[in-house]
Amino acid sequence: MLKLSNINKTFFPNSINERVALADVNLELADGDFVTVIGSNGAGKSTVLNTIAGKVTPDTGTVSIAGKNVTRMKDYKRAKYVGRVFQDPMAGTSPDLTIEQNMALAERRGMRRGLAFGITKSKRQRFAEELEVLELGLEKRLSAKVGLLSGGQRQALSLLMATFSKPKILLLDEHTAALDPERARLVTHLTEKVVAEQRLTTLMVTHNMAQALEVGNRLIMMHEGRIILDVAGEQKAAMTVDDLLAQFASIKDADISDRTLLQ
Amino acid sequence: MTVTLELGLIYAIMALGVYLTFRILNFPDLTVDQSFTTGAATAAILIVNYEFDPVLALGAAFIAGALAGIVTGLLHAKGGINPLLAGILTMLALYSINLRIMGNRANVPLLGHDTLYTWFGNNGITGWTLILVLAIIVLIVKLALDWFLGTDMGLGLQATGDNEEMVRSFGVSTDAMKIVGLAVSNGLVGLAGAFIAQKQGSSDISMGIGLILVGLASVILGQALFKNRFVDRFADSVVGRFIFGTRNREVLIATTAVIIGSIIYRAAVQGALAVGFNPNDMRLISAIIVVIALLIPRWRIRTKSKTAPKSTVNQAFQETTDAKA
Repeated sequence: MLKLSNINKTFFPNSINERVALADVNLELADGDFVTVIGSNGAGKSTVLNTIAGKVTPDTGTVSIAGKNVTRMKDYKRAKYVGRVFQDPMAGTSPDLTIEQNMALAERRGMRRGLAFGITKSKRQRFAEELEVLELGLEKRLSAKVGLLSGGQRQALSLLMATFSKPKILLLDEHTAALDPERARLVTHLTEKVVAEQRLTTLMVTHNMAQALEVGNRLIMMHEGRIILDVAGEQKAAMTVDDLLAQFASIKDADISDRTLLQ
Repeated sequence: MTVTLELGLIYAIMALGVYLTFRILNFPDLTVDQSFTTGAATAAILIVNYEFDPVLALGAAFIAGALAGIVTGLLHAKGGINPLLAGILTMLALYSINLRIMGNRANVPLLGHDTLYTWFGNNGITGWTLILVLAIIVLIVKLALDWFLGTDMGLGLQATGDNEEMVRSFGVSTDAMKIVGLAVSNGLVGLAGAFIAQKQGSSDISMGIGLILVGLASVILGQALFKNRFVDRFADSVVGRFIFGTRNREVLIATTAVIIGSIIYRAAVQGALAVGFNPNDMRLISAIIVVIALLIPRWRIRTKSKTAPKSTVNQAFQETTDAKA
């Protein structure tokens, strides 16, 4: 479904700020894989997501989605295949538009946007049904401005918008990190539900090790632009947070404090 | 009174254009100052040299303005030039182009040629009847803009000014949206320019200078008056729902506000002239009106919180306005 081959990316090359963000990254995701990504700050987690989404163009290597080479494809064109939820609850929705307008916008992922009415009766009905899944009562507030919703509600809506428009790949960039524990649980729960229902190929970055072990069928750990651990299936299921910390500790030259990892 | 309404209505078409860039796209577009003249010059020369139908000349003016907008859009979207600078560059270049359009003259008189206004005069459309006709024309423009912003493309355009990252993640080309927005905006401005040229009986190279301020004043005045709970409450009532609907209510209220704002701006200008200011003071007065309109919301909050600091209604209101600011 998704294949990254020999990806290298260096930011600000040949300058004093030169930083290797990705070094020889190879990653292949099968259809329906749910992969959690962990690693310290600056490990390259976000750069991997941005490379897949088309925000970052790799210096070398190729990105292919469903067998199609998309390395040079612009981000907004690639959006046809890739759905995203950002860390900031404000980032995934348009605050001045209403809930239904946001959903109408999301629904046309990768399609032509012509001069047909954005909101119609049948769309409203469909959106209301989709929103019911969230169990937040948003289906009764279709014409409310999204800017009036709380962070948790907005993030749940972002998740719904990113997924109900049927992308091939879902990218989650610490999408529960900015929420309070209760809301974070709700959004995590919704994520698992949606991913399972739609069998989405998913890549989820998280700072929460317990969460990384709990959800998904595969886990990768990154450090200094490289994938240093890749476990799946039963091997992953058997792992504990302590195992992961031990893995981290075993990496030489790595000065990572447990606190930054467990925050 | 009728003069105020007449000018207020015609300039409302331009103000709707400014609203589209300034408020919807969040793009402070200075092209307006000259694309207005581009529209006027195009219409005037087509009428004088080619005996064009005055209504067709309006259409041509829209297209000429839209082209100017596309240039600004390309400079910004494809060239990566800062919005303000892109607008200024196009505006400066248009000054020369406008002189070219008018045959290297600074003024093209329309005397003795058929214009919309001679047609109005011949058919007895003057005074209040003229106001009614103009009101209908402006209403049609407003409805067309409302409709456009409610379409799939229009929603993409609205969101582009709101959250660029997000719309791109759903496959909208923000570059294309900005170019479309600037084209429609400057098209409306050119249309208003052609209208004014036919009204005053000439196209003049300096007729558009300072107009961005007039557009902004209308948009901001309208917003200062319409952004309050009374309007919100009215929009929630049965009559309000009928007028503004629920599908794209924000835009429908805002475009109404812009038209009212344009008329109020004219009234303020006429008032200033009536109390003894002379036309040379107009720019200063325009600027002062904009400043006052920008300060009204702040001032309103302050006086309210002083008089009733413990009222929860006011606090909630304050929070929402603060959040907006």
